[in-house]
Amino acid sequence: MLAIETEGLTKDYLVGFWRPRPYRALHDLTLTVERGDVFGFLGPNGAGKSTAIKLLMQLIYPTSGTARILGRPVGDVEMRRRIGFLPENPSFYDYLTAEELLTYFASLFDVPAAERAARVSRVLDEVGIGAERRMRLRSYSKGMVQRVGIAQAIINDPDVVFFDEPMSGLDPLGRRDVRQLLLRLRDRGCTVFFSSHILSDAEALCSRVAIIAQGRLAGGGRLSDIVGVDVLGWELIADGVTPAGLDVLRARARQVTPLHDGRYSVDLPPDGPEATVHALSAAGGRVVSLNPVRHTLEDYFVQHVAQAATREAAL
Amino acid sequence: MNVAAVRKVAVAVFRESVRDRVPYSLVIFAVILMAASFLMSRLTAGQDLKVIKDLGLATMNAIGLLIAIFIGTGLVAKEVERRSIYAVLSKPLSRPSFIVGKYAGLVLTLVVNLAMMTLAFYAMLQYMHLTTDDWIKQGWRAPALDPRLLVAIGLIGVQLMLTTAVALFFSTFSTPMLSMLLTLAVWVAGQFSGDLRNFQAAVDSPAAAAIARGLYYVLPNLDALDVKNEVVHGLSIPWSAVGLGVASIAAYIGVLLSGAVLIFNRRDFK
Repeated sequence: MLAIETEGLTKDYLVGFWRPRPYRALHDLTLTVERGDVFGFLGPNGAGKSTAIKLLMQLIYPTSGTARILGRPVGDVEMRRRIGFLPENPSFYDYLTAEELLTYFASLFDVPAAERAARVSRVLDEVGIGAERRMRLRSYSKGMVQRVGIAQAIINDPDVVFFDEPMSGLDPLGRRDVRQLLLRLRDRGCTVFFSSHILSDAEALCSRVAIIAQGRLAGGGRLSDIVGVDVLGWELIADGVTPAGLDVLRARARQVTPLHDGRYSVDLPPDGPEATVHALSAAGGRVVSLNPVRHTLEDYFVQHVAQAATREAAL
Repeated sequence: MNVAAVRKVAVAVFRESVRDRVPYSLVIFAVILMAASFLMSRLTAGQDLKVIKDLGLATMNAIGLLIAIFIGTGLVAKEVERRSIYAVLSKPLSRPSFIVGKYAGLVLTLVVNLAMMTLAFYAMLQYMHLTTDDWIKQGWRAPALDPRLLVAIGLIGVQLMLTTAVALFFSTFSTPMLSMLLTLAVWVAGQFSGDLRNFQAAVDSPAAAAIARGLYYVLPNLDALDVKNEVVHGLSIPWSAVGLGVASIAAYIGVLLSGAVLIFNRRDFK
């Protein structure tokens, strides 16, 4: 059984006050997410990511098309017992504490009263909310609210979890924590569907991605197929380069770019960086780093978003 | 609709509301107003008890109304505006259960606030009873601690339940400010529904009279639930009219909640 499937999902909004006309925020979205995947739903701001997620959560209704989660229609209230959702920039009740909020949400999932306190405590520990859990949410920083948002999304130990921009508002430590949490969820067998425009997160976490641009699915597939293993070249950073060493580099490199303090960034072809490294050392230079250059998710993303923009302009 | 889910939402609304300072401040304000009425009563020889009862009931009505309108209009609209509704509606909770739970939670808050004001009111009447000479008490048409005051207060509660339903209904599709104005308009019109029925006696225009009569049938008849005058002056309460009024208000609340659920069920939360 698929975790998520959409077919021809389309959403029009009416815009304009006096003469409302339809604006298509999402065009004919058809995608599937398999169980156990960490699925990155990527796209620039305003691409339609949140619209698609809201349709899956039935916070908005589709103009046409269908969506199913765990084989059940998205309108099925019972199905929601098995899913979790973190909205983008979440907001909760000012006068409740994190503990009270999570206890309330746990009760909506019919978590037995005897288990509730332990479950709430475990989940708050998991997202890194400490003694502040007994403070009212109105006193929380944006990052702490984000953590509470993640906690409420996993309070029911979901089979599928939807995170809309989970890294938003988090500092580098918070982002690292959330990345680790997503991997732990994956290890438990939970399907993770998350939207983001931060490609490094997607590259580090996802097994599959879909790219959405201008409200249309612009590309996607297994990350291993997109990123690839072929080495396209090497990036060499060299230090203490003498005039003779510079001649060596210029003779072998596709491009040599001077950096600060006598350092150079050198773009080498895919074959035989070792010979260049030896020649550079013989001419008195030092290698600071040598890294392979491969197709990145960013390349794929930029290419497909640009293609989508061109297609949209042509329509 | 799931009754257990309704109860859970109601408890959360109640918990959130009692922590909000606004209702507390209003209840404290009400107690101060009642205390002020006690001082004012000292200036009105022979009418002191009536003044206290009149002002006390009017204060409870006004403060309850403010709480119902201020919190009621924000119940749904604020959740939508602040987007806290996204997380709640993704839980195993139907939209009808959410709406009815919100309503029940605010009614619970109002009942508790009204109970607090009633206790303060009776405490003041008890003080009045203890500090007044017997010969003055003989002139009172009703005792200080008249249990019939509870009838008047109960009917204020019924009016507030209706006001809350009106506020909730408007807040499912409009802004908090507009909902506030519309709710206030319905409440004011409801207070004068008796006058609307007999409008032809005041104007010559048959069209205006017909419109007024139409409004009388559409708007809730809050006038029938106002027995403050009868209680304060020791007159008999028109029980059949009150019973009919309560039944019609209950039906009205049912219609409003159904309307709110229908609108909320179809709404997109962008």
